[in-house]
Amino acid sequence: MNGGASEDFGARLSFDRSEPGRRAVDVPRWDGELAAFPDARLLREGVRLPELSQPGLVRYYTALSQRNYGVDSGTYPLGSCTMKYNPKVNEAIAALPGFADAHPLAPAEDVQGTLEVLHGLQRALAAITGMAAVSLAPAAGAQGELAGILMVKRALEQRGELARRRRVLVPDSAHGTNPATAAMAGFEVTQIPSQTDGSMDDDVLARELDDTVAALMVTVPNTLGLWEHGIEDIARQAHEAGALMYGDGANLNAVLGRVRFGDLGFDVVHLNLHKSFSTPHGGGGPGAGPVCCTAELAPYLPAPVVEAREGAFVLARPERSIGQMQQFHGSVGVLLRAYAYIRALGLEGLRAVSENAVLNANYLWRLVREHYDLPYGGPVLHEVVFSGSRQRREHSVRTYDIAKRLIDYGFHPPTVYFPLIVDEALMIEPTETESRESVEALAAALVAIAEEAEAHPELLHEAPVTAPLGRLDETAAARRPVLRWQPAEA
Amino acid sequence: MSEPGGSPHPYIPNTASDRALILERLELASAGALFADLPEAYRDPHIELPPALTEPDLLRLVRQQAGKNRDGGDRPSFLGAGAYRRSVPSIVPYLVTRSEFMTAYTPYQPEISQGTLQTAFEYQSVVCELTGLDVSNTGLYDGASATAEACLLAARVTGRSAVALLEPVHPGILEVVRTYAYGANVRVDAVRDASEVSAEHACLVVQQPDFLGTIVDVERVAEAAHAAGALCVVNADPFALGMLRAPGDAGADVVTGEGRDLAGGLQFGGPSLGLFAARNEYLRQFPGRIVGRTRELHGPRDGGGHEQAPRTGYVLTLQAREQFIRRERATSNVSTAQALIALAFTIAVQALGPRGLREAAELCYQRAHEAARRIEALPAFEVPSSGPWFQEFLVRGPMRAPELHRRLAERGIAAGLDVSQRDEPEARDALLFCVTEATPPEHVDALIDALREIGDTL
Repeated sequence: MNGGASEDFGARLSFDRSEPGRRAVDVPRWDGELAAFPDARLLREGVRLPELSQPGLVRYYTALSQRNYGVDSGTYPLGSCTMKYNPKVNEAIAALPGFADAHPLAPAEDVQGTLEVLHGLQRALAAITGMAAVSLAPAAGAQGELAGILMVKRALEQRGELARRRRVLVPDSAHGTNPATAAMAGFEVTQIPSQTDGSMDDDVLARELDDTVAALMVTVPNTLGLWEHGIEDIARQAHEAGALMYGDGANLNAVLGRVRFGDLGFDVVHLNLHKSFSTPHGGGGPGAGPVCCTAELAPYLPAPVVEAREGAFVLARPERSIGQMQQFHGSVGVLLRAYAYIRALGLEGLRAVSENAVLNANYLWRLVREHYDLPYGGPVLHEVVFSGSRQRREHSVRTYDIAKRLIDYGFHPPTVYFPLIVDEALMIEPTETESRESVEALAAALVAIAEEAEAHPELLHEAPVTAPLGRLDETAAARRPVLRWQPAEA
Repeated sequence: MSEPGGSPHPYIPNTASDRALILERLELASAGALFADLPEAYRDPHIELPPALTEPDLLRLVRQQAGKNRDGGDRPSFLGAGAYRRSVPSIVPYLVTRSEFMTAYTPYQPEISQGTLQTAFEYQSVVCELTGLDVSNTGLYDGASATAEACLLAARVTGRSAVALLEPVHPGILEVVRTYAYGANVRVDAVRDASEVSAEHACLVVQQPDFLGTIVDVERVAEAAHAAGALCVVNADPFALGMLRAPGDAGADVVTGEGRDLAGGLQFGGPSLGLFAARNEYLRQFPGRIVGRTRELHGPRDGGGHEQAPRTGYVLTLQAREQFIRRERATSNVSTAQALIALAFTIAVQALGPRGLREAAELCYQRAHEAARRIEALPAFEVPSSGPWFQEFLVRGPMRAPELHRRLAERGIAAGLDVSQRDEPEARDALLFCVTEATPPEHVDALIDALREIGDTL
C-alpha cells in the first residue's frame, strides 16, 4: 500500500489491471434455435483481452486522458498543424442520428441530407480555392496529395507524355509527405533549394523546368510562413514547360478569403480540413484531405463526387477517375464538421480567420525576435520559424531543450526541427483562436526561456519537471522495440 | 452578430482594440498591410459563400438536412457489404470525446502526450491479439487503403510487381488497391481460385469473411500463397475475429481490416480505421506510426532530491521509416491517420472483453442464421450459399433482384445490396442481406412479413 493514497489508475496497462470475471458490458443472451457453428478449425479458441468492470475501464481511460494536452487545455502552437479551437456545435452536428447512422451503400434517395451537405462543402471549397471541381474522397492531407499526384500521372498518360515526364520538383522546405507522395506515384523527386528570402531558387528552378518534369509541388504560403514570391509567374513557367502545378494547401489558414489557388495558376490542390477548417485533430486523426482541381483535370478526380441532377443529389464517378481512395466515400463525419464551420463563419468570418492568424503570428514575431535567431526574417504570414542556433552555440542548449522547457511554462511546444532548412528550428503557429493575451503569454515564456538559457541552462536540460513524465529514452525504445503487451511470465 | 469593436466571431478572441494594439506594435497602418506580399492583382477576390449563421440558425439548418436522410435509425435496413451496424458500448463515445483526447494532435511531445501514446500501445496490443500477428501500427485510413499498403509492402519485400486478390472481394477494396497500385506501377489480378497465385505475385489477398459473406479457410489460401513465394494478406472483419480463427495463426503474413463499425458507427462510411498488423520480420517495412514502450531517462526526484527509479512511458518509435525523415525513400507517405477512431475501437473491444467479444460475435452469427432460416422457409425464397458464413447471406426471390429491392423499399425496408450482376453463380439474381447482433429482432420480423407478402402477391 502506498500510504492509503488513491491509486494512479493509468499507471498499469488495462491488460495488467485485468481480473478474471469482470466485465464492462453485457451481451444479450441468444435463446433461439442454435445454428451449428462452422468447423472448429475455422474458429479461434479464445482471445487474450483484459477483463475490467465498467467503472474500472472508465477510470483507466479518464486517467490516461489526463496525461494529454489538447487545444482545450491551452495554447498549442504547433507550426504547420494549425491547432485552432474546435467548435463544439460541430460535434453535436456530426452526431445527429440522421447523419451518424447513414449507411454508405444506402440508395441516394435515402441519404439526400448527407449528400446535400457534401455538395455544399464541395461548392464552398471550390469557391474558396478558386478551383472548378472538388472531390472530398481522400481521408487526410497525405492521401489528398496522393490523389492529386495520381491525377497528374493519369493526365500525362492521356497526353502520351508520362514516359518522358518522370520528375516532380519539390522545394527543400516542403513537408516530407510531398516527396514521399511523388515517390508513391512512381515519380522521381528533384529537390529545389530555397534562397535567402525563403522562396525557391529561381535559377535552379529555371534550369530544372524542362520537358521531363511532370509537376511542380509547392506549398503556399511555404513552411517558413512566407509568401512564395512570384508564384503566379512560376506557374506560368511551369505550364510553358508542359508541367502541372500542384498546390499543398496545408497552410491555407494564412490566406483564407485573401487569395485563391486557382487564380494563381495551380492545377490541383489538396486541403487539410483538420487544419484550416477546425475539425478536431483527435490525437493524430481522423482528418480529411479534399482535392480541388481545374476543369481540365476534373475528369480524373478520385471517386466519388457529389453531383446535383434534376433536383436530387447523387454520388458520381468522374469519367476518367483515378479511382477510389477509400472503400467508401471519405471521412464524412469530418466533412460534416468542416461544412458547419464554413457555414458558421461565412466569407467575412473566414477573412477574419486569416487576418487574426497572421496578426497573432506577427505579434509573436515582434515580441520574440530579439531573443532568437530568425534566419528568414519577417514579417511573416500564419507562422514564424525561429532558430535556436544562438542558444546552441553560446549556451549548449538545443531547441529540443527549449521545447521541453515550454512544457514547464504550461504550453504545448511548437513544431521543432522542421522545416529541415532551418537549423534548430522552432516553428510557431499561434492561429486566430488565441487571444492577444495568450500570444503575449507565449512570447513572455519564450523570452524567459531564452534568458534562462543564458543564466541557468540546466533548467532547460532537465525540463520538463512539471509534466506527468520526464524525458523518455527514445533510443532504447527503437533499439529494443516493445510494441505490444505480453503476459509477465511469457 | 458581432458588434463594432467586438471580436469578429465567437471563435476568434481578438477585439478591435486588441487588433489596433497589435498593429500599433507592428507599426502597421492596417491589417491589409499584413498581406502586402500577396500578388495585388489576385488579392481579396470576390468569393461566393452563403452568409454566416449563428449557432441556433446553423443547428436549425443542419437538423433539417439530417432529417432528409431516411436511412438509419428506426428504419429496417439489411445493408452490410463492408459497413455493419454494431452495438457500440456507450462508454466509447463518452470517453473518446474527452477534449484531452479529441483536441490533441500527433504525440510529438511524449511527456504531455502519454494519454494518446499509451492508448495507442493498448490499440497495438489489441490488434495483435485479435489478428494473431506480432506487430501492429497505430492504424491507417481504412481497411481498403490498409490492404493497398499491405500490397505495396509485399511488393517491396518480394521485389515482385504484381499482386493477386481472391474473389469475391469487396469492389471498394479491389478498387483502392488498384488506385495505389497504379501509383506504384504494380499489376493487380483478381483471381477466382487461390491456385492462380504465381511466382509473379508479391501477395495473395483474401477477405475474411469474403464479400459474399462466406467464411474463408485462411490456412489453405496461405499455403497456396506461400507455395508461390508470395505473402498472404488477409483483410478481416475484426468483429468476426471474436469467433473466427486468428488469421496470423492460420498463416497470414499481414492482416488488415476495417475498425470503424465497432468504434462508433457508420457515418456514411467514414471516418474509418484501417487495421494493419504483420509478422515481426516486416517491421522495418511498415507504413504509418508505431508506438513503443520505454522508460524515463532519469527518474523523478523525491523530497530529499534523490533520483527515484525511472517510470515507464511510451513514445513514437522506428520513425526512420517515415516520410518526415526519409522523404522520397519512406515506406509510405502516410502521416496523420485515425488515432481517435483507433482509441474508440480499443475501448469498444476492451469493454466487451474476451468473453463479450466472443458472445457478441456468436450472437451476430445466430441472429443472422435465424433470419436466413426464416427466409428460406418462405415458399418463394432461397438462400444460396457456398459454405459456412458469418453475418451476410444471399437471398434469391421469385423476381429479379432489383425488383425485389424496389418492392422492399416500397414497404419501408432497405434490402441487402444488389449483387445480381456479379460473376459468381450463387450471386445470380441475388441480394446480399446482412443481419448483425445490432439488428433489432422486430426489423427481422418486418422483413419476413414483407417478403411473405411479396411472395403471396405473385
